[in-house]
Amino acid sequence: MANSALDTRLLMRLVVFTESLFFMALLVAFVFFSLAPGFRQQQLAALDLGRTGAFTLVLFSSSFTYWRVEASARRGATGALKFWLLATIALGTVFLLGQAWEFHGLFGRHIDLASNTFGTSFFTLTGFHGLHVLIGLIILSILAGLAFAGDYDRPGSSIFQAIGIYWHFVDIVWAVVFTVVYVLPHFSRF
Amino acid sequence: MPEPVEALPGLSLDTDQGLLQWISSVDHKQLGIMYLWTALAFMLVGGAEILLIRIQLAVPRNTFLGPEMYNELFTMHGTTMIFFVAMPAIFGFATYLVPLMIGANDMAFPRLNALSLWLTIFGGLLMYFSFLAGGAPNAGWFNYAPLNGYNYSSQPGIDYYCAGLLLGGIGTVSASINLIVTILRYRTAGMALHNMPVFVWMMLVTACLVIAAFPSLNAALAMLLLDRRLHAHFFEVHDGGSALLWQHLFWLFGHPEVYIVILPSFGILSEVFSVYSRKPVFGYVFIVGSGIAIGLLAFGVWVHHMFAVGLGNTANNFFAASSMLIGVPTGVKVFNWLATMRGGSIRFTTSMMFATSFLVEFTIGGLSGIAFAIVPIDLQLTDTYFVVAHLHYVLIGGTLFGLLAGLFYWFPKMSGRMLNERLSNWFFWLFVVGFNVTFMIQHVLGTLGMPRRVYTYPDLPGWGTLNLLSSIGGFLMGAAMLLLVYIIVQALRSGPRAGADPWDAYTLEWTTTSPPPLQNFDRVIPVASVRPFRDFKMPHDADHKEVGKRKGIYGK
Repeated sequence: MANSALDTRLLMRLVVFTESLFFMALLVAFVFFSLAPGFRQQQLAALDLGRTGAFTLVLFSSSFTYWRVEASARRGATGALKFWLLATIALGTVFLLGQAWEFHGLFGRHIDLASNTFGTSFFTLTGFHGLHVLIGLIILSILAGLAFAGDYDRPGSSIFQAIGIYWHFVDIVWAVVFTVVYVLPHFSRF
Repeated sequence: MPEPVEALPGLSLDTDQGLLQWISSVDHKQLGIMYLWTALAFMLVGGAEILLIRIQLAVPRNTFLGPEMYNELFTMHGTTMIFFVAMPAIFGFATYLVPLMIGANDMAFPRLNALSLWLTIFGGLLMYFSFLAGGAPNAGWFNYAPLNGYNYSSQPGIDYYCAGLLLGGIGTVSASINLIVTILRYRTAGMALHNMPVFVWMMLVTACLVIAAFPSLNAALAMLLLDRRLHAHFFEVHDGGSALLWQHLFWLFGHPEVYIVILPSFGILSEVFSVYSRKPVFGYVFIVGSGIAIGLLAFGVWVHHMFAVGLGNTANNFFAASSMLIGVPTGVKVFNWLATMRGGSIRFTTSMMFATSFLVEFTIGGLSGIAFAIVPIDLQLTDTYFVVAHLHYVLIGGTLFGLLAGLFYWFPKMSGRMLNERLSNWFFWLFVVGFNVTFMIQHVLGTLGMPRRVYTYPDLPGWGTLNLLSSIGGFLMGAAMLLLVYIIVQALRSGPRAGADPWDAYTLEWTTTSPPPLQNFDRVIPVASVRPFRDFKMPHDADHKEVGKRKGIYGK
């Protein structure tokens, strides 16, 4: 039985709904531990707001490039589609590399999953987000491979909208995670 | 991929391509049947585990099982029955019936459907592999911290618990998403939401509950795996972690889970009561509405599993009140079913017998549940056998009785064969008597103060006798289950042919042959009410011609 574009989009919205609750549980754990004394000092000392902020902008701009992918797919502009798709993959990869760089620096200062509750909740929350970015990059690479093989030469493929729901979701989750983990400790008095 | 050449088979394994066809199938009917076989197989395993436990508890100071083995067995019994019996059984019925009941030819995503089944099966097998890998999970099905931590359980059992439940959980979530898309987008023309069979409605609510509840379990399991394998500190109290966090995350899943397993039974019972009373279900809008209300309230009551933790009076009072509240929509349903039977011409088939006895047993379980919502009573009775009794009255007297009513109702549709009614009656009485003997007594044991999860007990007055009786009841249930397997196998071998519509039923699945062909429907009959097949059979007396008048479709 063939699925319509509506089915696939509904499927993806439900996936995104259930995944956001998964992130909610990880966020709750992070906030729960962040109320303990000493947590915020470690957080402020360990995290580099400016550098991660820059990589955050990279991730957000990948949402913009993906929006161009969707527009190109609607018009059937195959060349533009391939270009914006590769741009999205590049931006996502840069973000992941930035996260790897950050993790590497923290490991060098003996902050890891096993060091304390800050390490535990920080690496779990951001790590699971990184995993979602990685899954997104794998999906986008498959789409790019198919695009170069000529699968989307005719306009009207709805797959890009469905995948778009996922990719934008990954960005929105990061907006929340970034706010809670990197920004708020600078402004809260707890 | 081998496609079946002719009509799809019923429950038996003889098909055109044999076993390969089942393993590679993406047909919702075959997948549904495999879900049901999975549930039955795990039921026998989980049942054998509890019989060993009942032997151990039959007399005081028994040494039949060691304490370690006892912990493993009660953990595996609970986990198996919830995750690998109740869930596959529910999703088996849903996968098989929902497309048929809404006049569709398959689920929205057939391959995803197959993936969901196999994830569930492999999740269960993975969990059982722990017996060979150095020890099964041993911290109870709720798996509380710090018992689930590496310091208290260094055997790999709990890692297998996490991995198995994660696999099963992902399967369940994907099956639920598939069901939601199917129900919302694949209904036949004319089947508006207010014309859907109650079972389909309840599965829609259940699937929504699953995708909202399971993420919190999956997240907790992932955290626990990180704790155990990579030395994270989520639940390690001595390193700043929190044992309470596990309880919150677990029950934020675990309480909705209770409704995830009962709502489908409510749906099944609504069909069964209606068909065997020859009446439309009384107060359709109220039955559906109360189901939705239960779904919403489900997320506001999880702390009633944690009254004894010491969260303070404010939290306890709030959750006590919300827990009482959830009794209201449940009560509405019970009265609706009673009113459905009132004045009907009732046929007491085995299915209807399970449905009516459900009303009694589930009400007992519901009332003891209300007792637990009263905090002072909860503080007295928590962690005693009274909890065990309550739990089993709602899960067996509620969920399982509903599923069995469904099995006896839809078996002819799935297999094309009739079950032996005389043997089925024997099964019913053996099971119901065994069930009440086993668990009614445990109310008394709990009130006498016998704690649960202990592997043996001192020879206090009355405890030995009551436990022995309870064990005898357990073995009656075990014998009944073996009889059920015999009844099913015998019907598949040599049962009389069923015909398309043996019960003179009302819904779309009975308009096709038994068992249905690969493509469910050549043409779906027009749908204009909750009972389309009856409208089709009696066009002069169709429901939609007098909506809300004489027959009280909308509750009058």
